[in-house]
Amino acid sequence: MASHMTRRTALGSAVALGFAASSLGLTGKADAQAKTDMPAKANAQPPTVFTLPPLPYAFDALQPHIDAKTMELHHGKHHQAFINNLNTAAAEYPGLLNKPIQDILKDLASLPEAVRMLARNNLGGHANHSMYWQIMGKPGTKPDSEISAIIERDFGGLEKLQTAFNTAAAKVFGSGWAFVTVSSDGKLAIEARPNQDSPLMDGKRVLFGNDVWEHAYYLNYQNRRPDYLKSWWNVLNWDKVSERYKQAKAGTLVI
Amino acid sequence: MSFTLADLPYAHDALQPYMSKETLEYHHDKHHLAYVNNGNNLVKGTEWEGKSLEDVVKGSFGKNAGLFNNAGQHYNHMHFWNWMKPNGGGAIPGKLEAKIITDLGSVEKMKEDFIQAGITQFGSGWAWIALKNGKLEIMKSANGESPLVMGATPILGCDVWEHSYYIDYRNRRPDYLKAFIDHLVNWEYVDQLFEKAAV
Ligand SMILES: [Fe+2]
Ligand SMILES: [Fe+2]
Repeated sequence: MASHMTRRTALGSAVALGFAASSLGLTGKADAQAKTDMPAKANAQPPTVFTLPPLPYAFDALQPHIDAKTMELHHGKHHQAFINNLNTAAAEYPGLLNKPIQDILKDLASLPEAVRMLARNNLGGHANHSMYWQIMGKPGTKPDSEISAIIERDFGGLEKLQTAFNTAAAKVFGSGWAFVTVSSDGKLAIEARPNQDSPLMDGKRVLFGNDVWEHAYYLNYQNRRPDYLKSWWNVLNWDKVSERYKQAKAGTLVI
Repeated sequence: MSFTLADLPYAHDALQPYMSKETLEYHHDKHHLAYVNNGNNLVKGTEWEGKSLEDVVKGSFGKNAGLFNNAGQHYNHMHFWNWMKPNGGGAIPGKLEAKIITDLGSVEKMKEDFIQAGITQFGSGWAWIALKNGKLEIMKSANGESPLVMGATPILGCDVWEHSYYIDYRNRRPDYLKAFIDHLVNWEYVDQLFEKAAV
């Protein structure tokens, strides 16, 4: 339990900081090194280091709704590929990706064209997947009274939210995501995006989201995306959703 | 004219080990069938009802997304099954090979660029060789799009939606593309489309 908590906390703080470097102090350490090792280039920024956030549970924790093999590939290969691409880009374009993820995504247009699509796809993918791992967990959590009341207010109840969300997710043609966004005053809305786009790219905040790229469900559900969508609600971690909701209202929710 | 799903031109297990029976059962019998059924439902009552498939694809592009997606994928998959054969990927018919060398550099370069197009198509889509203004070009497209809506005629396409390779190759799209071009392509069918398009 203790190590479980530590991992959770470490992931939580990195995300709360909103820095691309996901473990504590990585950015700071690189800064210090820049000062001591490269005095001649006082302005030189060290490349940002992106790291894969650890899954906050075991690969098989979401079974039978999401199988262990899918989780292993999804986290260890698909998410890792975004990380690798980002580190290549960060080394090639030092300084450009040295900002909090949500700030870069909100302002993709300001990036040079050569990096823009790369950041959109890979930083979008990194943000989306970091959120996705966090908001899932062992089956069994329930919405608390605060979030239940908000869902009632904004969607007319949990079943209605689930139906509308699943419909939006089923309608994504090809790869993409369905999200529930949350405004700073706590209003919820359902939004879908293609590929690795994210509401963060419009300056919005994501309460939770579901990955409908085929890699997220193909081994277990094949062409039956609606079955995956239905089953997925069992592994939504409502405790985490409540935590994110509070953060959104406090202005501290980042990705 | 309503859309219909033709049988695969070979047995479901005929492309093993490069494409499994299981993949073809889902891909042809489920995914393609869904495009056909959705396409038939969505074309009803539109200005494209009764038109040829190519006219539906070109006409609905940018105007009716639901219909375009399904008709486009029906067109793409209909050819995709024929773009493969058991023991494929062999010699390329002479005239087509010469055209490939002229327009795309060499057979090796064509393969490399085709694979690269498939790898760099972010998300679901297709990699292509198409004839445009009399010249062969390597192209890529998202989701159900194809060279048909880029002013070109496709002569070869490879489906890079994850459903096309996830059972057999998992996340390794490059391995799938290489197996496709080296061991699956039915160059005689590509040649037929080339001859037709070149007229
Ligand atoms: Fe994913
Ligand atoms: Fe397909």
